[in-house]
Amino acid sequence: MSTRPLAENLPVTSEHAWFLLREMLRIRRFEEKAAEMYSLGKIHGFLHLYIGEEATGVGSMQTFTPEDSIVTTYREHGHALARGMPARELMAEMFGKVTGCSRGHGGSMHFFDVRRRFFGGYAIVGGGMPIAVGLALADRMQNRPAITACYFGDGAVAEGEFHESLNLAALWKLPIVFLCENNQYAMGTALARHQAQTDISRKAAAYGLDSNAVDGMDVVAAEAAAREAAAFVRSGKGPFLLELRTYRFRAHSMADPDLYRTKEEIAEWRKRDPVVLFENRLREWGILTDEKLAALEAEVEAEIADAVRFAEESPREPVEDLLKDVCGPVPS
Amino acid sequence: MTRMTYREAMRAALRKALRDDPRVFLMGEDVGRYGGAFAVSLGLLGEFGPERIRDTPLSESAFVGAGIGAALGGMHPIVEIMTINFSMLALDQILNNAAALRHMSGGQLRVPMVVRVATGAGRQLAAQHSHSLEGWYAHIPGIRVLAPATVADAYGMLLAALREPDPVFIFEHATLYPLEGEVEEQAPLPDINRAAIVRAGGDATLITYGGSLGKTLAAGNQLAREGLEAEVIDLRSLRPLDTETVVESVRKTHRAVVVDEAWRTGSFSAEVSAQIMENAFDDLDAPVARVCSAEVPMPYARHLEEAALPKVEEIVVAARELVPRHG
Amino acid sequence: MAEFVMPQLGADMTAGKLLGWRKKVGEKVSRGDIIADVETDKADIEVEVFVTGVIEQLLVQPGQKVPVGTPMAVIREEGKPVAPVAARPLPSVPVGPAVPPVARAPVIPIRAPAAPSERLRVSPAARKLAEDLGIDPATVTGTGPGGRITMEDVQRAARPAAPVAAPEAELDRQTRMRQAIAAAMARSKREIPHYYLSTTIDMSRALAWLTQENLKRSIEDRLVYGVLLLKAAALALRQVPELNSLWIEGQAVRRSDIHIGVAISLRGGGLVAPALHHTDRQTLGELMNNFRDLVQRARAGSLRSSELSDPTITVTSLGEQGVEAVFGIIYPPQVALVGFGKIVERPWSKGGKIVSRPVITATLSGDHRVTDGHRGGLYLAAVDRLMQEPDKL
Repeated sequence: MSTRPLAENLPVTSEHAWFLLREMLRIRRFEEKAAEMYSLGKIHGFLHLYIGEEATGVGSMQTFTPEDSIVTTYREHGHALARGMPARELMAEMFGKVTGCSRGHGGSMHFFDVRRRFFGGYAIVGGGMPIAVGLALADRMQNRPAITACYFGDGAVAEGEFHESLNLAALWKLPIVFLCENNQYAMGTALARHQAQTDISRKAAAYGLDSNAVDGMDVVAAEAAAREAAAFVRSGKGPFLLELRTYRFRAHSMADPDLYRTKEEIAEWRKRDPVVLFENRLREWGILTDEKLAALEAEVEAEIADAVRFAEESPREPVEDLLKDVCGPVPS
Repeated sequence: MTRMTYREAMRAALRKALRDDPRVFLMGEDVGRYGGAFAVSLGLLGEFGPERIRDTPLSESAFVGAGIGAALGGMHPIVEIMTINFSMLALDQILNNAAALRHMSGGQLRVPMVVRVATGAGRQLAAQHSHSLEGWYAHIPGIRVLAPATVADAYGMLLAALREPDPVFIFEHATLYPLEGEVEEQAPLPDINRAAIVRAGGDATLITYGGSLGKTLAAGNQLAREGLEAEVIDLRSLRPLDTETVVESVRKTHRAVVVDEAWRTGSFSAEVSAQIMENAFDDLDAPVARVCSAEVPMPYARHLEEAALPKVEEIVVAARELVPRHG
Repeated sequence: MAEFVMPQLGADMTAGKLLGWRKKVGEKVSRGDIIADVETDKADIEVEVFVTGVIEQLLVQPGQKVPVGTPMAVIREEGKPVAPVAARPLPSVPVGPAVPPVARAPVIPIRAPAAPSERLRVSPAARKLAEDLGIDPATVTGTGPGGRITMEDVQRAARPAAPVAAPEAELDRQTRMRQAIAAAMARSKREIPHYYLSTTIDMSRALAWLTQENLKRSIEDRLVYGVLLLKAAALALRQVPELNSLWIEGQAVRRSDIHIGVAISLRGGGLVAPALHHTDRQTLGELMNNFRDLVQRARAGSLRSSELSDPTITVTSLGEQGVEAVFGIIYPPQVALVGFGKIVERPWSKGGKIVSRPVITATLSGDHRVTDGHRGGLYLAAVDRLMQEPDKL
């Protein structure tokens, strides 16, 4: 295994620790609210929740700057929030309103924010990877120091586009960090049932790439590993593959009856709930008290409630605008 | 005015684009050291270097997707897919990303990418190298589909395409590369929304695109010898389709034949026919006729391939049959 | 108070069946607790509750299937620091708010032709019908899109009178047909001044020829005497063509094509008289086949509208019913009706001697505005003469 052990008491300022907890909690509560909204029929189509994976998204996102580009998958709410997209815009998007980040054109799976360089949101597994390679290519060719973060799941590792993308990025030494959020399942198929080689980080070697694997339930470890990977890429040495091992506590999507996992397995992983784990660590470090947590929860709840209200009250895009922005001159 | 081949015209356009705009670069299989599968990019590597003329691995999906990403990141990539047959491997990136990103993002993203693809049959390359699938691409909202049939268009269309904020697909019929014609390098950019009337006539309208233009013009000449003056339209753009030009012609002639190298069923000719019916129903004296390829995977043997492809004689007969008999 | 409703658990779910409650009335629940098991089309799903509080009421019983959004339980919430927005439950109809009308893709704007088109806007089918009926499309008013002339417009122009019921009539065809016939017949009698002529035709030669002729034919191809009469009736019209006219807008318009309408009775009552097109040009064999086909399709209700609107004259034959002579009512806009009765053996005077001959009574009902008895008589005489030379039919 190529997991490099990290120091247990990695120096993290209390401010930063508080920030990390807050970010994870925001995602957790946002996702719970999204589930509720879906079951009430406010959100439609497909909804893929990030609950259980908060540490990978929050931890890794810390190392990316506003000039860097982010490409992710349909399980993107956590990445979008961690990237700084307002909860209002995301909720409104899922409600199908014109105030959504994609004007209601994308829904849960297709968030875009060009100012924050958040380039989606892809429903085709592996489909965003070549685009991430291209974004990195553009940075290289224009001599920009920025790098690209390409998030994908363990399922994507089976797609040809994963292999093509790693190969091309390696060949051209492009500034891209490949982040595999391995939650052990490609929809309903366990990793061992779809990969002959289940150690994903090892696949990098086939393309001459450096790689690492890290415990994705530990937000501090995830951040440290991502910083290391990003530093490597920023130094011009080429792409890096970081595997973050995590688990989703909910089913693949709202429609998934979750028949392919045992309750025992889920319960076992829940013992390492990243939010709870970190809360405990903060208590150990004396940063977190019950009052402080309650206040934080209240703040987060208020933000989420505001997002829901905003989404409810927002209008829909007029149908007359349906055909705008398909092709043709840029509307002024 | 310079006389050159279609291939040379495309090369000249590439050269001009690469010189004028540092954001433009060419990417595809064997475009650099090999000089291009059809020798279009011959010499460009030496002039512009490996950053701007990029040889890719055989990874259609990855390099077309990378083109999309590069366009998102501010570049103006020209992606060359060796033939339309291989483009199937990149359809996911084309359909689900290139065509959709602008609308899906609520108008935030633009993909100013040009994709050049060789297409068509006629060189005995058999079933996996002889497709005419421009009609499939013309089905997709969010992209433009061009088919330069003349040397002048081989030059001008690429330059015009690079001005577009959205993905443009340029389909080059492989048999056209050696075609000779005139190029006016200083001419203003052509209008890529318009079809062109390349032969005027009042008795029947013959509509075609790309590699079939030559046959259609030959049919027009033969019909003229029989006293039937055909009007020949080169569509030039399949998406958007210049319905106006087509309908105006049919209003004049009352008879139309569409010549399309694709297989007949569900081909682009069906779309043209439907649009003529919708817009010029009362001006038609006869149903719109279609001359297309036979419904068969393209065979290798020359006589079989010729039998499968649209023929000048077929176009002549189709036009003749539309005209009422005299006496 | 908060409601727990049947949740939406998948893109296409419209209703769910409660399998069982995990909590009881009075029990405390926290947000995220599993409160019930629900059966959907795809699977059994554990359903969570989104509020913290105490269960006041359970509104749905295990085994009940309810639409998504139906309130299933009432929960008394604990005092909360911040009141969340209580999401309103859906009305108990399947999820899917009324989709606003989608803007249709804009039709590519095509310039209207610069000069008003010389061409008449006529649909191809209408143009053909007009041609068949001998109507100039330019005289027809178009009611289709853009003033286009449709088939209906042409039919209306051709048949100002109430038509015999077309096969398109759906419900209660029989009643509608009778009503149409009634109206048409009454009108015919009111407006057309009928005159009637009859003559008796010696059928011996025709029948003898027929017997010989049928020996040469297979069973399927055998001719009946009726087609001889039809052919004779058609050919005779060439000699008295004014009987092959249509009365249109106050005048008789002579038709060049001869389409005899043959009266066919329908099972259950009712009558149609569809056309045998170009009766005069068909061979006896062709007439036989076409006549048989017409009868079959008439009885099956699958006649074409052109067959009903095309006849220029009608022949009715009631020989089968045992009637000796038919004095019928003309079908407008036709101007004549030919009738044939049954063949009977009667004494016949030939060269002063009395012999027995098979004879038939042929009648003509004529529109006196168009022809008089003299012309009508010439017609019947022509029919007689033609029947004496059956080999020439």
